[in-house]
Amino acid sequence: MRKDNFLYKVYDLYADGFRSMRLGKTLWAIILIKIFIIFVILKLFFFPNFLKENAEGDEAGYVATELTDRIAPN
Amino acid sequence: MLQNLFLNIDAGTIDWSRAQFALTAIYHWLFVPLTLGLAVIMGIVETKYYRTKDEFWKTAAKFWQKLFGVNFAMGVATGIILEFEFGTNWSNYSWFVGDIFGAPLAVEGIVAFFMESTFVAVMFFGWKKVSPGFHLASTWLTGLGATISAWWILVANAWMQYPVGCEFNPDTMRNEMVSFAEVALSPFAVDKFFHTVISSWIIGAIFCVAVCCWYIMKKRETKLATESMKIGAWVGLIAALLAGATGHKSAQSVAEVQPMKLAAMEALYNGGTDQGLSIVAWVNPLCQPDYESEESAPLKLEMPYALSFMATEDFHGYVPGINDILRGYVKPDGTVEPSVDEKIARGKQAILALKAYREAKAGGADEAALNTHLSMLKDNMKYFGYGYIKNKHDIVPFIPVNFWAFRIMVGLGCLFIVYFALLLLMIYKVPYISVIVRRLLATVGILPETAADTEGITGLPAWHYWAAIVMVPLAYIASESGWLVAEFGRQPWTIQDMLPTWAAVSDLNSSSVALTFFLFLILFTTMLAVEINILLKQIKKGPGSEN
Repeated sequence: MRKDNFLYKVYDLYADGFRSMRLGKTLWAIILIKIFIIFVILKLFFFPNFLKENAEGDEAGYVATELTDRIAPN
Repeated sequence: MLQNLFLNIDAGTIDWSRAQFALTAIYHWLFVPLTLGLAVIMGIVETKYYRTKDEFWKTAAKFWQKLFGVNFAMGVATGIILEFEFGTNWSNYSWFVGDIFGAPLAVEGIVAFFMESTFVAVMFFGWKKVSPGFHLASTWLTGLGATISAWWILVANAWMQYPVGCEFNPDTMRNEMVSFAEVALSPFAVDKFFHTVISSWIIGAIFCVAVCCWYIMKKRETKLATESMKIGAWVGLIAALLAGATGHKSAQSVAEVQPMKLAAMEALYNGGTDQGLSIVAWVNPLCQPDYESEESAPLKLEMPYALSFMATEDFHGYVPGINDILRGYVKPDGTVEPSVDEKIARGKQAILALKAYREAKAGGADEAALNTHLSMLKDNMKYFGYGYIKNKHDIVPFIPVNFWAFRIMVGLGCLFIVYFALLLLMIYKVPYISVIVRRLLATVGILPETAADTEGITGLPAWHYWAAIVMVPLAYIASESGWLVAEFGRQPWTIQDMLPTWAAVSDLNSSSVALTFFLFLILFTTMLAVEINILLKQIKKGPGSEN
């Protein structure tokens, strides 16, 4: 690929940038660990989609029952 | 509520879900305002470089961009946890608002990904790869991307406070967007956006000034410190003044669409015309006052007519108090605001009509029967959420938090205006005024005699610089207090007048929410400690260190 090609320039910007990072490497490591904790551990084990698990495919019906049953008593 | 949280681990799912959401939002908001604020500082510094071509400004720009980068990296994805909480803890709410909330959040996600990730890369990696003009544009666009992200998040938040541009569909049980423009450009969202973003610039400015003061105190990086401090002080003063002006507009919006929040912020039990703004009053921070029987909060010191002006831009304007709102009142334009009891009755009619409609539809009822239920639902939909209110006093938010958080925010805002103004006087060695201020400070013992006639920002006693550093936590306290007012003040509503917290929450076991509360507490505290540690290390290393 020619060096004055736009795509090569974009590639070179990122490749060279990542290669010469120092503090950035630490920050990227923190970001990746954080994303792993958030999306893999927290999302999978602690934050299921409540409606998907409980509504059995009828989310509207489930929410309707929830919202109409919770009406304040007279 | 507090008693339940601290003394009883099995307290309601509602309280734990609220506590968890508050914790996540508060921690998330530690990262965001510094990102927005430092974006302005680094943009101005690089603009100086672009205009002067002086290598000093390039070094300074790289330094502020490095600190921006640390904070940006630590803040990435912390907001996504709020969306997890919607899906798990607030599933009724999530379903109920899905179509409205989804659009702004999707736009935010796309903008954040494409704009920020592209231009952040050019800003950090592109110094030798792109032209100075393109690099400068990338730096500003990085900040603009973050600001636009904030716009969409605040649009979503503003919709909860003032739901517009939507229609409830009883078949899908969702609010559906009928006007994107009404949602995206809601006046409540516009006021909220400007007040929130501009107040974030204050945090960036205070952080910048504090770092500069630390360098001056350590007698190093003096040029970077004095030159950057000028930028920080100007940004800080302009932002603090604008935050006051936008705060006034925000208060007007609140007065219009959330009068109960304004009454709680002011501990205004009984309203009327010609209302004064409380400067201070005795509102016990730990318990809800007896607003029903007290005429007003005790020991109230007020600024005459100022509340009426703040709420209506008329010194004689009418401002309803908590009891007026509970009882119902006549607005200045002659329209009647119904009592809460009446709203509760109409809310129940709406919920019963919804139930009847769905049952009739499932049973194959004819069009006429369905339309009767729909018509009843539509007529009372405005008060739908009141159908969940057991006692009219449940719609009164916890007054002490609102009252004191508002005063902390405004008080600190005023302090920042005075601080930045004095700082600029000192920096620019304004003839006469600077000398007068210094002599005055020396006379009352705040400055030693020896410092009274020195000029400029260097050479002052160490406490002055420490004061600048102390301003950093104060700026965060002011910012978080603003959010406390915004969010505590709209209780019990997740969506104003539509859905209270106890209808919005999922039918979950409270212990599972409590567990994730503490997991977040550990995760976020660790992240905050790591961020502070890296930031301090980078500040100590100074502008010469590598990115």
